[in-house]
Amino acid sequence: MKLTLRVWRQKNADADGAMSTYEVDGISPDMSFLEMLDVLNEQLILSGEDPVAFDHDCREGICGACSLVINGDAHGPERTTTCQLHMRSFKDGDTIDIEPWRASAFPVVKDLVVDRSAFDRIIQAGGYITAPTGAAPEAHATPVPKPDADFAFEHAECIGCGACVAACPNGAAMLFTSAKINHLNVLPQGAPERETRVLDMVAQMDEEGFGGCTLAGECATACPKGIPLMSITSMNKEWLRATRKAPKR
Amino acid sequence: MTSYVEYATGDPVVDTKAPSGPINERWDKRRFEAKLVNPANRRKHTVIVVGTGLAGGAAGATLAEQGYHVVQFCYSDSPRRAHSIAAQGGINAAKNYRNDGDSVHRLFYDTVKGGDFRARESNVHRLAQISVEIIDQCVAQGVPFAREYGGLLDTRSFGGVQVSRTFYARGQTGQQLLLGAYQALSRQIAAGNVEMHPRTEMLDLIVVDGRARGIVARDLITGKVDTYFADAVVLASGGYGNVFYLSTNAMNSNATAIWRAHRRGAYFANPCFTQIHPTCIPRTGDHQSKLTLMSESLRNDGRIWVPKAKGDNRPPNEIPDDERDYYLERIYPSFGNLVPRDIASRAAKNVCDEGRGVGPGGQGVYLDFADAIRRMGRKAVEAKYGNLFDMYRQITDEDPYEVPMRIYPAVHYTMGGLWVDYDLQTTIPGLFAIGEANFSDHGANRLGASALMQGLADGYFVLPATINDYLARNPHKSDDDVTDEHPVVQEVLAETEDRLNLLLAVDGDRTPDSFHRELGELMWEFCGMARTDAGLRKALERIPEIREEFWRRIKVPGTGEELNQSLEKANRIVDYLELAELMCLDALHRSESCGGHFREESQSPDGEAARKDDEFTYAAAWEFTGTGEAPTLHKEDLVFEYVHPTQRSYA
Amino acid sequence: MWGSTVGKKTVMAVSGLIMLLYLVVHMIGNLKIFFGAGEFNHYAHWLRTLGEPFLHYEWALWLVRIVLVIAVVAHAVSAYQLSRRDIKARPTKYVHSKPRASYATRTMRWGGIILGLFIVWHILDLTTGTVHSGFQPGHPYQNIVATFSTWYGNVIYIVAMLALGLHIRHGFWSAAQTLGVGSRARDRALKTVANVLAVLLTAGFIAVPVGVMTGVVS
Repeated sequence: MKLTLRVWRQKNADADGAMSTYEVDGISPDMSFLEMLDVLNEQLILSGEDPVAFDHDCREGICGACSLVINGDAHGPERTTTCQLHMRSFKDGDTIDIEPWRASAFPVVKDLVVDRSAFDRIIQAGGYITAPTGAAPEAHATPVPKPDADFAFEHAECIGCGACVAACPNGAAMLFTSAKINHLNVLPQGAPERETRVLDMVAQMDEEGFGGCTLAGECATACPKGIPLMSITSMNKEWLRATRKAPKR
Repeated sequence: MTSYVEYATGDPVVDTKAPSGPINERWDKRRFEAKLVNPANRRKHTVIVVGTGLAGGAAGATLAEQGYHVVQFCYSDSPRRAHSIAAQGGINAAKNYRNDGDSVHRLFYDTVKGGDFRARESNVHRLAQISVEIIDQCVAQGVPFAREYGGLLDTRSFGGVQVSRTFYARGQTGQQLLLGAYQALSRQIAAGNVEMHPRTEMLDLIVVDGRARGIVARDLITGKVDTYFADAVVLASGGYGNVFYLSTNAMNSNATAIWRAHRRGAYFANPCFTQIHPTCIPRTGDHQSKLTLMSESLRNDGRIWVPKAKGDNRPPNEIPDDERDYYLERIYPSFGNLVPRDIASRAAKNVCDEGRGVGPGGQGVYLDFADAIRRMGRKAVEAKYGNLFDMYRQITDEDPYEVPMRIYPAVHYTMGGLWVDYDLQTTIPGLFAIGEANFSDHGANRLGASALMQGLADGYFVLPATINDYLARNPHKSDDDVTDEHPVVQEVLAETEDRLNLLLAVDGDRTPDSFHRELGELMWEFCGMARTDAGLRKALERIPEIREEFWRRIKVPGTGEELNQSLEKANRIVDYLELAELMCLDALHRSESCGGHFREESQSPDGEAARKDDEFTYAAAWEFTGTGEAPTLHKEDLVFEYVHPTQRSYA
Repeated sequence: MWGSTVGKKTVMAVSGLIMLLYLVVHMIGNLKIFFGAGEFNHYAHWLRTLGEPFLHYEWALWLVRIVLVIAVVAHAVSAYQLSRRDIKARPTKYVHSKPRASYATRTMRWGGIILGLFIVWHILDLTTGTVHSGFQPGHPYQNIVATFSTWYGNVIYIVAMLALGLHIRHGFWSAAQTLGVGSRARDRALKTVANVLAVLLTAGFIAVPVGVMTGVVS
């Protein structure tokens, strides 16, 4: 396949960026999207140009590093991560636009690489269960009903890629934040910090400059792990519950 | 032939920390004998941890909980992305919740046997003991393990084992365990106990007066090369499978931290012990940048087969059952499809070498779920393996519910690594290595679901207990603080900067990837699933040539003062080009077959790996002497008091 | 509550639901117009005497008006602040832009502005009569017929009611999510209720101008 790529190029965080056009040839439909970019970069290096910087690591859809907006869609046209998108989703002669995640809480670092440390800080605000090493009771001491365990797992699947933020018209991080809150709040182990967790994480999310939720649903559509939009509803419920309970402490 | 193969054998290396006495009391004994640091004094000690995977994340969090000041590094944008996240199948623990005859001793036995009797008994027993605590710890952290309807934890079985002791979270166990560690670490970052440096890569180790005192690391965004000092350094930087270019490792996983430590004096043990995982998705062409694993758990219900006849090109569904060869079930009736990884991989290679492989290029075998779907129903198969099936479909565009999967072995894990004693300390005092970065527990072959167990055991429980002893014996004294002005630091810093500048200055005509690919192909051919004396010698001849060409023709665009992914890559290849040579030498010197290391010259009449226990019951710890110069071999004798080496039998 | 985006959304949801409840009552009252001037004007007068003798004349009505003003102001202020925040959080558009489900978002913002302007006009037209030539206090039936006898009166009203329908459609479901009462099992029911409410209210309100235009009401 022969393709025309229009790629966002930006020297560093402070520089202005612009779309640049490149041609790549000999693309196999079996290649992953990132392998196609590898081909472009090999070409660029040999011609003495700066290769396109993009985040990627595991290339099997689980680390959450890859983060490209392809033709306006976070992670491209399929419901998967960029690294698991294959070129068979495109046609010979296509023009493909490749842009970084856009949100003021995710500033561009270079080309297609953005800074997602805001997510780490949201987790640091309360996305954990306090269980210092060595202090754990026997694993079977507290059975967890299977539906709760499944609910927790479904939300724990989040890979922290940020596609939800990139797709959200408001640059909101509600889906990411809610996924972690729901994972931990449904478990008996997470109960002691149930209220502080949701209040602190939502406050941190706001502080990072993410937008609010208008329930447009774009986040859930873009999420490669299928975290449901309802996750946000559950978080709202937890938050309201916590605002009622918290002052009593 | 260079003089590289004419290595000298030095003094044996002895694990002086290993406690004696009954094996099940050794860990308690060591913990009791280890000196402790007063809680009030811990604040004053700084510990550097490189890497944030299961081992590093767990260690960073635990050391910080204990009160140490932790300075931690990872090359990714977030500690949550470490490649432990990609582990799929599960984590072993001798809980015996199934009442199927499991015990700490059985896990210990299985692991020593699975490792083909090339691991230390003391270490493995400790691992089996701790496995039980790990599950408790992870459940307390909220790791959503699979559960049964009664609310209790579910388990499944894995290769090389006849009990069901593997705990799992669908096909994402590594992810869930890593997020548990990441969250514990995040809590300590928020509390100010861990100073986290993401997107910062360790490029060298600072050794002052014979002790590890810090590292040199490069900020990958600004390109600034900086120094960081501490009272002890912990490497949790993972394995070196990416030497092979194509592996199941993450693209940026690399050997630089451990290799630089090796160059500074840490012995490197058993570098040739690499694990080839039997169930990976076959490659589709030269563009392939990495290989994707399909969890070994699939072998619980999937059946592996190839056509009986050579060159049978019919679609799999048209091949009748009696014309199929379920070769693992045929050769190993008692373990069947659940034989250990090294055996399953070699068997796949053998049938493909016979010309019975399937798929493009004949480099694949079928992993068939038709029987499982018939037996359990599609719904049950979906619940158990749904995400793996989806992943397979995403990559191959084939529906594994309809057509059998095609799989082929691929480089997956490296059992070798920095030599460590019972305390996980390397031969450089104050330098510790944990997780896949060390060599200690898996011998010549790792059993499935044991990597997560070892990483977390090292990180949560072993290192935090043993590092106390070192720090207590080497108390922090403010008058011997190392600073940038120290001549050793100046030298290390200058060397690092020179190396980076040289890479940028060559301005040749070949990309970093082209060298990496060339080296990887060479290693896969001669130091892969089957190795021969002649092949290894050929590789050893070729590697210095590639290295020479690398320094002549490498092209790295851009500068060092910016985010420069080509520079990162090229710098990692510099180390692969040296490490690959050591791997080949180790493989050449170990003329026996054991576990993942299969020397064609040493096999039983029916083609199984034949060990030479009289000659090779030792761990080979190599001492660096110079680039391209013959290293010195130090042997650590392995003593088996509890599990007596036998020919492994899974038939 | 007010300091958080989730809190502000809660304020929006609650104030929106208060207004929605009011609209349902308002619409049912409106439909009395089809029973003739006498009954309709009598109903309008009753609204002012509601609660007597416990309450004074028009107290109940003013109570409702005060609650509504608070709801409208709370709804509008939180909407404004959230929108500002949202726009700031996504300052750069994608070069490759696609029209898509942010449709709901856009119609909420523009629909809200249209409805805000409509409320002002509606009060000036039929409550105070400021923009209504020949306004007859105490004779709402006649005033309504007069308003819907002009083309612009009909256009403004019908456009606003269509906007209202869209606003309720996303708004009701959205409020349920914000208040945390949505769930996978309930989602279909909530969406249905939202659609039914949107259609009923739009149709109920539009019935009046249509009635006037077709001469059923005169």
